Amino acid sequence: MAVGLTQYLVVAAILFTIGIAGIILNRKNIIVILMSVELILLSVNINFVAFSAYHSDLTGQVFALFVLTVAAAEAAIGLAVLVTYYRNRGSIAVEDINAMKG
Amino acid sequence: MNLAAAFFYLFSAIMIASAFIVIVARNPVHSVLFLILAFVNAAGLFMIAGAEFLAMILIVVYVGAVAVLFLFVVMMLDVDFAELKEGFLQYLPIGSLIGIGVLIELLLIVGAWAVAPSSPGASPTAVAADISNTAALGQILYTKYFYLFQAAGLVLLTAMIGAIVLTLRHKPDVRRQVIADQNARTPAEVTLRKVPSRAGLQG
Repeated sequence: MAVGLTQYLVVAAILFTIGIAGIILNRKNIIVILMSVELILLSVNINFVAFSAYHSDLTGQVFALFVLTVAAAEAAIGLAVLVTYYRNRGSIAVEDINAMKG
Repeated sequence: MNLAAAFFYLFSAIMIASAFIVIVARNPVHSVLFLILAFVNAAGLFMIAGAEFLAMILIVVYVGAVAVLFLFVVMMLDVDFAELKEGFLQYLPIGSLIGIGVLIELLLIVGAWAVAPSSPGASPTAVAADISNTAALGQILYTKYFYLFQAAGLVLLTAMIGAIVLTLRHKPDVRRQVIADQNARTPAEVTLRKVPSRAGLQG
């Protein structure tokens, strides 16, 4: 069974599903939620690279580069917010984050 | 099955298994370590697809910077993670239900998917055969997508400033060196004291 576009798409779909399930399963632990978001972005990148190889078009790889940039920025900001929140409240439980009554 | 296909299935199997461990691990440090394993295997997948530069960026930026940042934060926060894990079984049915639903939908899309016949055949940024992947990426990144490239730089700058502003704090009781005070000090203000050996200054 040779490796084509379909195999890449299936792998990315499974990874995306694991990321979605991780967000729901770890409702209380915001660190694992951030890691699940990273997994989802990784699956998106796999899709970009697979389509880029399939179409012989480098634009997909350029866009994957930008997705990587945004993911790194998101991780840095998210962890900074997490550290600030932990300093103020002494906990990182998502359920305690209700100061804005959202 | 040729060698590339064998490595594709090896990398994807390890990546999916480690991604699964990321979301079910009891200890977040184990989660971060398996996240690193997943990223390394994804870099292998990129390599098989011919995106060598992105594979290297994934290793350098993700494994080297982002995952280590996660590791620092997990180890810095003194949190009772067993308590955070309590709701896991409670959310397991709905989590797996939504997960399986999303997976079935995605696989249906993948199965019934085809390229539209009206889509343009030759792409404007085709992969050149005679230069490496990195050189080809650079040739379009710095010309065709130059403004996007600068916007990505601005995003990173904003993230850097935001992270510093969020986490910087000045403690009032920390004594810092004030060079102006040191330079303005005159010999009359300084008192010299003879300190006995191995006794230290009292008071």
